[in-house]
Amino acid sequence: MNYFPEEVLEHVFDFLKSHRDRNAVSLVCKSWYRVERFSRERVFIGNCYAINPDRLIERFPRLRSLTLKGKPHFADFNLVPHDWGGFVYPWIDAMAKRGVNLEELRLKRMVVSDEGLELLSRSFVNFKSLILVSCEGFTTDGLAAIASNCRFLRELDLQENEVEDHRGQWLSCFPDSCTSLVSLNFACLKGEVNLAALERLMARSCNLRSLKLNHAVPLDTLQKILAQAPQLVDLGTGSFVSDPDSETFRRLRTAIQKCASIKSLSGFLEVAPCCLPAIYPICLNLTTLNLSYAQGIHGSELIKLIRHCGKLQRLWILDCIGDKGLGVVASTCKELQELRVFPSDLHGDGHAAVTEEGLVAISAGCPKLHSLLYFCQQMTNAALITVAKNCPNFTRFRLCIINPTIPDPVTMQPLDEGFGAIVQSCKGLRRLSLSGLLTDQVFLYIGMYAEQLEMLSVAFAGDSDKGMLCVLNGCKKLKKLEIMDSPFGNLALLTDVGKYETMRSLWMSSCEVTLGGCKTLAKKMPRLNVEIINEGDQMEATPDDDRQKVEKMYLYRSLVGARRDAPDFVWTL
Amino acid sequence: MAPEMGKKSPGSDVTGLNLTETELTLGLPGENRNSRSGNKRGFSETVDKIFGDDKSDEAKSPTAKKAQVVGWPPVRSLRKNIILMKSCKYVKVAVDGAPYLRKVDLEMYNSYQQLLGALEDLFSCFTIRDYLERKLMDSVSGSEYVPHVRGQRLVTGMLVGDVPWKMFVESCKRLRLMKSSEANGLEPRTPSKCSSTS
Repeated sequence: MNYFPEEVLEHVFDFLKSHRDRNAVSLVCKSWYRVERFSRERVFIGNCYAINPDRLIERFPRLRSLTLKGKPHFADFNLVPHDWGGFVYPWIDAMAKRGVNLEELRLKRMVVSDEGLELLSRSFVNFKSLILVSCEGFTTDGLAAIASNCRFLRELDLQENEVEDHRGQWLSCFPDSCTSLVSLNFACLKGEVNLAALERLMARSCNLRSLKLNHAVPLDTLQKILAQAPQLVDLGTGSFVSDPDSETFRRLRTAIQKCASIKSLSGFLEVAPCCLPAIYPICLNLTTLNLSYAQGIHGSELIKLIRHCGKLQRLWILDCIGDKGLGVVASTCKELQELRVFPSDLHGDGHAAVTEEGLVAISAGCPKLHSLLYFCQQMTNAALITVAKNCPNFTRFRLCIINPTIPDPVTMQPLDEGFGAIVQSCKGLRRLSLSGLLTDQVFLYIGMYAEQLEMLSVAFAGDSDKGMLCVLNGCKKLKKLEIMDSPFGNLALLTDVGKYETMRSLWMSSCEVTLGGCKTLAKKMPRLNVEIINEGDQMEATPDDDRQKVEKMYLYRSLVGARRDAPDFVWTL
Repeated sequence: MAPEMGKKSPGSDVTGLNLTETELTLGLPGENRNSRSGNKRGFSETVDKIFGDDKSDEAKSPTAKKAQVVGWPPVRSLRKNIILMKSCKYVKVAVDGAPYLRKVDLEMYNSYQQLLGALEDLFSCFTIRDYLERKLMDSVSGSEYVPHVRGQRLVTGMLVGDVPWKMFVESCKRLRLMKSSEANGLEPRTPSKCSSTS
């Protein structure tokens, strides 16, 4: 292996895009490690507390693109207090100080401050791309800094962040000389935007391919923008409300018809059903359609729309499409790969918008389906078994039956057999979310069959420690395990402590794990950070009572020990 | 409004007057004094209904209560807010003769009867109750309160009861109880029942 000059190695490594491949390559031998680290430009860090900025920069001096993830996944559902952590500032600061030529920063579930954005905008001359997903802590002032200072900005993509809107003129901060924008997504912003500034920005951004507007952008502005940007590939509308007889609407229809390149459509944050037909002409080109925020559209109207979308690969929709609508999807969208059906109603006992029937229809009609997120009111084992047979290619299977611990309504049995069929049939399954009434049996199946499983989400499931142990024992590729409200305790936690160093993280909340169990684990495994989230000072009074149950525990492997930015209510044991 | 005073105020025993009726409490006139104060009753009941915490549901399995925990169902706040905004269908209710408006969440009822029953509770002042009772009892004679609904687009006056319940919920924006004689001024299709506009 040493016969190749390093330039050749480097050239070969250039073809390796996935960070997993690069990680694997760097383990082969010292010289490969060295060549790889000096040539790596894109780094992915799945847990920002597993390593620190200095060591990152030390190892990868040619770093150009950094992806960081912060809070645990359950933070999405309000299980993690706001100031838990995940601050990006230290990373930006370290990279700025050490002269990293940062071009791209992607963050997920991190806390971003205006100061951080300001520092970012001033420190990296070639900065091109900022993607923030489910982040918080910043305001539109921070966006103004990015707009003002990043001279070569190509991409500003804000997905589902919590942004404090100061109703400032951040859009106007893009200088007239800025013509480099390729992608702009501000759909999650709650406030008004300067429409004139937006139109001017769009007019001079001839490279624009992706645009996602917020609800404050009316249809009239959309029409004007589209008339000047027929090259768009990805569009997220803002407000889609207009009088269908108006001149504005007529102009919109004309403009849309010229947008022959649009493959991805989303938005409709506010929509009048009578305006939907305007998009029919582009539906047949669509590969991605996201109507999951479009409230107030009746199932029948969704059906009419879907009938035009024969090439759809990815569909995100609300459950008001109904089983009947899913039947239409099944017969129309033969190329479908990913389906997400979101609840339009959080009642556990309301009218059933979608049931197991819709899912079965989809599985029968869409042979390429491999990724599913499905909220429903009920599910049967029989249906799941059928789905498993129809679709053996699932890589992601997330089923959420809204009423937890509900059994199969036909047989009154737990859903063990149904999920068991899924894991047995889908040999490539990497992600699984369970729901419904489940016993230890389902975990037995998962441990036995889910060989490629990397992420498992569990809630209100299982009978005993045996369940969790089956999973830890059997799923060799498990990276993330998150459990809430399930009867797993210290025995499950402590039987195979070495397992956790092979995983990114473990979350357990409202389980049977005690303080003593966590302390024991922390003592045995110094390279794990075992964090207890102690809200409401439940444990302040008796920190030595090891028998008390721990409400929230989050543990993860780390090369840099306990973090120093933990707030008071987080104890690292 | 003055905060709720103790049930036994120093003065009441001495004078022998029952001052409870005239006690200042949080709440609108006619509201049951034993009801929770400070809560938006409709909303919290909706939440309770979702997760089966109603007093009437105590017979349900304890697992139903678990659903009340944070973190379930696994829906992001952004989506939850949108869903909750939509599924709470609040409409203002004005009753002729009553000095105040109330709000009801139409999503909480499954039929006109249930709605009327709830309105009866809400407007339990003496005068209103009178009219409502008359409505329930004299549905044939025509001298009754008829719910009148005004929608977003005031197109025509439609009589409540002509419209299927679900459609009514979706289109109703405002509710007004008025005497049947007035209702006859709008589209008197069936002289007896109710009226709505959408």
